[in-house]
Amino acid sequence: MAGSYGSTLRYKNVERIKSIGKHTLLGASGEVSDFQEILRYLDELIIYDNMWDDGNSLGPKEVHNYLTRVMYNRRNKFDPLFNSLVVGGVKNGQKYLGMVGMIGTHYEDNHVATGFGNHLARPLMRAEWHEDMSFEEAVKLLEKCLLVLLYRDRSAINKFQIAKITEEGVTISEPYALKTFWGFLAFQNPTKGAEGSW
Amino acid sequence: MALRGDWVYENNGGTCVAIAGSDYCVVAADTRLSVGYSIHTRDYSKICNLCDLLFPADKCVLASSGFQGDMKALQKNLAAKHLVSVHLLHIYQHQHNKQMSCPAMARLLSNTLYYKRFFPYYTFNILGGLDNEGKGCVYTYDAVGSYERVGYSCQGTGGALIMPVLDNQLKSPSPLLLPARDAVTPLSESEAVDLVKDVFASATERDIYTVRFPIFFFFQFLAFCESDIFPTQQHAYSSRVLNDPNEYDPLIGFRLSYRIMHK
Repeated sequence: MAGSYGSTLRYKNVERIKSIGKHTLLGASGEVSDFQEILRYLDELIIYDNMWDDGNSLGPKEVHNYLTRVMYNRRNKFDPLFNSLVVGGVKNGQKYLGMVGMIGTHYEDNHVATGFGNHLARPLMRAEWHEDMSFEEAVKLLEKCLLVLLYRDRSAINKFQIAKITEEGVTISEPYALKTFWGFLAFQNPTKGAEGSW
Repeated sequence: MALRGDWVYENNGGTCVAIAGSDYCVVAADTRLSVGYSIHTRDYSKICNLCDLLFPADKCVLASSGFQGDMKALQKNLAAKHLVSVHLLHIYQHQHNKQMSCPAMARLLSNTLYYKRFFPYYTFNILGGLDNEGKGCVYTYDAVGSYERVGYSCQGTGGALIMPVLDNQLKSPSPLLLPARDAVTPLSESEAVDLVKDVFASATERDIYTVRFPIFFFFQFLAFCESDIFPTQQHAYSSRVLNDPNEYDPLIGFRLSYRIMHK
């Protein structure tokens, strides 16, 4: 939930997961103001979709494709939206998860991540993801990844939201913290092995 | 610094290979999408069917590697142009209900690429399929549209590793000879598919962006025939995707080294 400003932690309450329409969740990292503009683009898209009033609604695949085109076309104008986006959802029983980068690189996979998550979380997810995970197992895996990122990513804070989307609907949790442990012996007297260091 | 402008491109890696035979064409591309030293996904197909809503351009497929954003944009661009030229315009050659032939699509791709000569599509393409006589054809491109019809080709990060092997195995006659000799290979389809599998295995050893199990797209010319639905169509062809990434091939790599040693 952090919004950094260079190397300072400026905002500690940024909601970076939003629901789009009935079938999609969108998570963003990068520039918060550009994310807000993306939400405005999507607002317009969803409103126009609803105005057709034809019983059809845009699903996660469509939103992903639309966002890919938006990001790519802004990159073509040398005026990018500085975000990495995660798009996920369920429509008609079919689940979908994809990612879009700031220059329009996009893909669909069973697990995705942005930024440092690609280095720290994806390997954990590759090892432990399997088909037909239960929701509790998935949350456990995600929290494991978030904990690693909390320990090792300088721009992370101990305040998270987890969102769930099913055929029935969307729930985005209240912000919560993970339990961390810093009592490792190696941290107790950090300069023990090397006098004069800090 | 953002002033430099090289942030608009990235190389997502990958390799494509195509081999043309006397009545077939094999196109293969690996499935890894990378960025820097990371892997985005292990399951991204770089082969595109150039299909539109009603009529897939099933006489040829496009295999591309390079920057994935541009790859996708190029594929959509070509599919839209194909749709327009087949359905909406009545230019001589492109009658209603007749798809574009492979050589026509080849020129279209070249022109599409050159159109963006001063802000290129960072894609390295191979177009593979069957020509109007049912012979396999492979067209190879650079990023700005210069192209050539060849008997076999490979593009992408593993291209430089694979090309010498294909040159050794497929021994194409020089394009300078007169009268012009056929560039297509006399190998059978299964031999060509085995060669492609082996060649990917070799590239994977040394290229971090390439992975061993490619997706294949296979065109087979079947017969000259009359068709009621498409009266202008002169031959039938089948195209199919053949890949089973989990299939264990015990001879992979060994066949190739055997062929090289015993030439």
